[in-house]
Amino acid sequence: MMNMRKLFATVALVAGGLMAAQAATAGDKIRIATEGAYSPFNMVDSSGELIGFDVEIAKALCAEMAADCEIVAQDWDGIIPGLRAKKYDAIIASMSITEERMRVVDFSEKYYSNVLAFVTPEGSDIEVTKAGLKGKTVGAQRATIAGQYLEDNLGDVVDVKLYDTQDNAYLDLASGRLDALLSDKFPAYDWLRSEEAKGFAFKGEDIDINDEIGIAVRKGDALKDKFSAAIKAIVADGTYAKINEKYFPFSIY
Amino acid sequence: MTWEWDVIWQYFPRLLEGAWLTMELVLVSGLIGITIAIPLSLMRASKLPWVRVFPFIYIYFFRGTPLLVQIFLVYYGASQFDAVRYSIFWPILKQPYWCAIIAFSLNTAAYSAELFRSAIQAIPTGEIEAAEAMGMSKSVQVTRIIIPRAFGIALPAYGNEVILMLKGSALASTITLLDLTGMARTIIARTYTPLEMFLAAGMVYLAISAVIIALFRFMEYRFNRYQYYHHTDMPKNLDPLLRDPHIDQK
Repeated sequence: MMNMRKLFATVALVAGGLMAAQAATAGDKIRIATEGAYSPFNMVDSSGELIGFDVEIAKALCAEMAADCEIVAQDWDGIIPGLRAKKYDAIIASMSITEERMRVVDFSEKYYSNVLAFVTPEGSDIEVTKAGLKGKTVGAQRATIAGQYLEDNLGDVVDVKLYDTQDNAYLDLASGRLDALLSDKFPAYDWLRSEEAKGFAFKGEDIDINDEIGIAVRKGDALKDKFSAAIKAIVADGTYAKINEKYFPFSIY
Repeated sequence: MTWEWDVIWQYFPRLLEGAWLTMELVLVSGLIGITIAIPLSLMRASKLPWVRVFPFIYIYFFRGTPLLVQIFLVYYGASQFDAVRYSIFWPILKQPYWCAIIAFSLNTAAYSAELFRSAIQAIPTGEIEAAEAMGMSKSVQVTRIIIPRAFGIALPAYGNEVILMLKGSALASTITLLDLTGMARTIIARTYTPLEMFLAAGMVYLAISAVIIALFRFMEYRFNRYQYYHHTDMPKNLDPLLRDPHIDQK
């Protein structure tokens, strides 16, 4: 009889513990995924911590929403499938709001705007027009707006090379395998200031494709409106401008 | 989550394009790999320690490091050096296709060399003795006895290696090649249907493996046919004197 009671007590304790643990994960804790290979928006520092513009914005938004957040790193081309598989609840990883993505996820209001730009070796005589790029090798990151723009607009005349990460694309630009790189402008701006980028520069006009960067959440998730409201709040109270300033001398909102 | 069959049909021709490149990579690097592996395995099976050293180090390195690391070293690593970029090899090393071929060939050569080495050492000593008794020189022994015999012994295990190589070739997608995996990932980047596309790609991989398995099975039956027992009926017109009376009694 005694044993029986003990057993019940143990079962109740374990079950209670489990439920408490479950409540903690299902409650306020928001899991946010970022890529960690898209400097200066999201990258990993020498101690393995995720840092960058996206990460700071994510933290500011969580502070604004008074939510407990956990930021995790996830490879880019599996980042939307991971969201849909509920491995995390939101993606703050410089993701452009596109129609194709809207079919499978919801987006918050934009938290910055993006333009595309070509990067070539300094003094390169390539003209970044359809005619000028004919027969050239041009790279971009796979599963990005730049990659898609390249395939859709220049895919018939240039040799398109798609990379797993932006860093690998830079490596190949530096090694001379690429004649030009099409990239989101701001990360390229950051890269061009680095030592490895010596001898490279932006080429031609920016390509404004009306590209807005938002926070992706699962379809129908109420988090969407919470994030949108929080973005408005941090833009209004100056938190956003402070973070912006740390990375770029001009506003990217 | 909805399942989109039409995406598979729509993009299937492009997947097959990728499959074609995958098969090309496996075939070309497989052939180069064997060419490197044969001399290596003969050196590995040598009785002289100093001949065994080089292939040992080579095999140790390529079996002991991940294929992904090897591909990255060849593709991104080598291109970091000006000496490589300004060398006569750059027109080849510049292309991801040849970088993949180089990495796969060197990798599969290491595994195959080990397979062939064990096959060489598994040749019954009596056969080598017989070759020597016939007065065959060392080089004749190698070309007429050792290589053909080792080939037959290594065949089943080598078929395994080719299948592993087929799957390893998916790593070509990490250096911008649009092989079967690279093509699937590029399509997914546009359609966001990873389950559908990876399932379709997986099916194509299975189909390619089926062809490889069938090919090796055929070769085993052909080259190792002495190992298979084939029942033959006793000829009816056999000389009665040759008959075994014990069997007839039964």
